Formats: sequence, C-alpha cells, structure tokens
Amino acid sequence: MIEARSINKVYEDGTEALKDISFSVKRGESCSIIGPSGCGKTTLLFIFSGLLRPTSGEAIINGEPARLPDMKDVALILQDYGLFPWKNVFENVAIGLEIRGIPGKEIKRTVDSLLKSLNLNGFEKYYPKQLSGGMRQRVAFARALALRPGILLMDEPLSSLDALSRENLQNFLLELWIENKITMLLVTHSIEEAVFLGKKIVVLSPRPGRVVKIVKNPDAGSIEYRDKEEFFEKCREVRQSVEAT
Amino acid sequence: MQGSETKRGSYLIAIILIVIFWYILSVVVNSPALPPPNTVLLSLISQARTGLLEHFLISTYRVIYAISLALSLAVPAGLLSHERAIDRFVAPFLYLLYPIPHIVLLPLIILLFGIGDLSKIVLIALIIFFQILVTTRDAARNVSDYYVYSLLSLGANKRDVYRHVIFPACLPKVLTAMRISIGTAIAILFFAESFATTKGLGFIIMDAWSRADYSGLYAGIVSMALLGFILYIILERIEARVCRWV
Repeated sequence: MIEARSINKVYEDGTEALKDISFSVKRGESCSIIGPSGCGKTTLLFIFSGLLRPTSGEAIINGEPARLPDMKDVALILQDYGLFPWKNVFENVAIGLEIRGIPGKEIKRTVDSLLKSLNLNGFEKYYPKQLSGGMRQRVAFARALALRPGILLMDEPLSSLDALSRENLQNFLLELWIENKITMLLVTHSIEEAVFLGKKIVVLSPRPGRVVKIVKNPDAGSIEYRDKEEFFEKCREVRQSVEAT
Repeated sequence: MQGSETKRGSYLIAIILIVIFWYILSVVVNSPALPPPNTVLLSLISQARTGLLEHFLISTYRVIYAISLALSLAVPAGLLSHERAIDRFVAPFLYLLYPIPHIVLLPLIILLFGIGDLSKIVLIALIIFFQILVTTRDAARNVSDYYVYSLLSLGANKRDVYRHVIFPACLPKVLTAMRISIGTAIAILFFAESFATTKGLGFIIMDAWSRADYSGLYAGIVSMALLGFILYIILERIEARVCRWV
C-alpha cells in the first residue's frame, strides 16, 4: 500500500517541485505516473523510497511514513539503471543482499537463479559498460528483485532502450506484476507504457507538479491489451489529459 | 595475452633506442663525465657485488615506507571530504598548507625526528601526502549523488556507502595520484639521502660524484631509475587488477 497525503516539496533553493500531491496505490495494484519532464516525478519517487523528505504532507508505505533504512519492502530502480560501474554483474545484483547481511552461500543461490531467469547467466563477470542497454536494465531488475520487495518503484526504467527491448521488458514487467502480486509504481514519459502497465494512471502538471487527473485503467493486465481497441482509446484519453496540462 | 606481449615489445624497443642514443651522445661528448652505457653496465655489475644492492634495498625501504605512510593518512582524509561538513572544515587547512614548499620544513623535521631513517621517511611522506590528499579529495567530492542514492535505497548505512561507492569510485584517481607521487618520492629520496647518511642510492651518487668516479656515479643513477621503474610497474599491475572496470 502506497499513499501520498498532500505532499509538498520545496527545495532549499526555493524551487517548488511538488504541490499538494495525493493519491494511493492498493497492495498488488500497479500505477503509472506520467507528466512532462521537470514535473517532479523523480522527486516523488525519492520521497516514496525515503531518500527525500517532503516539505509538508506525508508519504505512507504499508501504514508507516517512508524513512530509510527501514524500507525493507521497497525496491527502487533509478533512471539509467543505477548500477555501479566498478562492480560486475554478480556483485551488482548481490549488493542489496550483502548490505542486509545475508550469508554468502544464500546470496550466490539467489543471484544465480535470478540471473538464469533473466537470461543473464554467463555474464556474471561482465562489467556494466560491457553490456547492452537491455541487459543492464535486466541486471537492475535482478538487483531489485533479489530483495523480494512487495513494492517496486521505478523511475523511467525503460526510457533509454530501443523499441524492441523496450516491449520485451514491458511484457516482463507485466508478467512480474501478475505472477508476484507486486505493488508497482512506475514513472514514465511514454503514454503507451503508462497505459500498458498501469491499472491507474496519475497525470502530473508541469512544475510544480500537481495531480491533474487520475485515470482508471481496469483493462490493463494482459499482454494482448496492447493490440486492443480499448488500449488505443485509453492512450487517446491520457494524451488529452497530458496535453491539457 | 597478445596485448601484454606487444607492450613488452614496445618497452624493449624504447630501452634499445635510449641506450643507442646514450651511446651516440657519449661518443659525441667524449668526456669522462659521460661514460658509454657498456662501461656503466660493467660497473653496475661489479658494484652489485660490493654493496650497491644493500644501498638499493635501503632506498627501496625508505620510499615504500614513506608512500605507505602517506597513503594510509591521505586516502581516508581525502575520502571523508565527501562529507560536506568535514570538507568545509578541512579545506581551508589544505588550501593554506598545500602550496608551501614542504621541503623547506627539513630543518624542523630533523629537529623533531633526528637525522636517522625516520626524518627521511617523514620528509618524503609529508610531500606526497599532500599530492595524494588533493587528488583524492577532488575525486571524493565529485562522486555523483546518483550512486549514493542508488545504494542508500537498498538500505545501506554510511559505512556501506564508503565501502561500496566512495572508495571504489575514487580508486582510479588515487592510483593516478600514486603514480605521480612515485616520481616525486624518488626525487625527494635523492635529496634526503644526499646528506647525513652513508646509506642509500642518493649517498652512492653524491659519494661517487665527490670522488669523480663517473662510472660509479652512473651506476647509482641507473639504480635509482630502476627503482622508480620497478615501483611504477608494480603499481600498473595493481591498477590493471583492481580497476578492470574503467
């Protein structure tokens, strides 16, 4: 359960990033946040993951205010993957478990099986710069999933990928969500992605970001949705709200 | 590995060219002050039997001790500059103390640490301490918050951040600083060994010079160059190992 209770964020230099943001995402629900660049989407995710404090209002995760380091149920995937260039694939995936003090053997077992399921086995010793964008993104997913989070926060996770890997990973995310009942909050600037992956779509205005509209999207949740007439209809609806901002 | 073979080959070519150049120069200059390389090599071999090796080892000990001492103080201090509060406190000291030519502190160092090995080591360490500190500090201050956030979001504490982000991110810069420091360290070593000692390569050079023993002088110079070269190669090996990701 994720809840934003009239969140305001003003940075030290006086920049107003977010203004009176309120919405909630139920356990196991998926939600897309869409808006023009610079609307404070990343700031909002940072607040939900406990990295930033709102100036006023509250970000509630599973009933508690979001505060690090007690955020064991939440995994965040940063824009541009957030991988460490000085760690190889195995180390990058293992780092979250290592920090939590999980014994080495168990880490190896978890990481090995995750890498296998993401088609990354054999690349353990590779460094991020040796991988393609799609592979780096899968490493970032593996790192987040290694922690078995109930809530997955993602900041434009697929924005720097080519169209084909992008669609593949969208399908992957959808399956992940359906199979594991993960609560997903996804920031994106792609309308199609927001509609394909979000049961709920929060449209934000340009800075300072305000909630313009919350679009319900009950049909999302299957891969076939992408080809249906309802999908295009919903994209049109969201586009109109985005353009109206 | 093909890469290291080509590298070895180009080193060999460079050595041969330097020796040829040296030889030609010695013929042109035609003075006992510049003996040809073969004479120097012979004197190097004969002196290695009569104590040059011991001087070489003493100099090596002094340099390595000094580098380790400087490194163990400068790297932690530099990395901690990532904390804005600490940096705000430390930076003024750095700006005031760094531009001083530290070599002029020699009298003070001798008064404090005597005329033995320790004062030589402290002098070298003091000078390269600042070189390593300045570089490490710049690197630590420039580590992107992005990586810090990425780690914090996984539940990391401050210690984790230093271990998994700040230290590895700064390591290439630290090693570059060390590479520059090796050259400086050996230059200071020569200066420190040129007085109040009867041991070390600096002493050998000064002693041979005063006796106008030119082949002995060059044996000392070549040994010193060799010391620098060996340290440089060791460092390069370490760099290739720990900075494979760069």
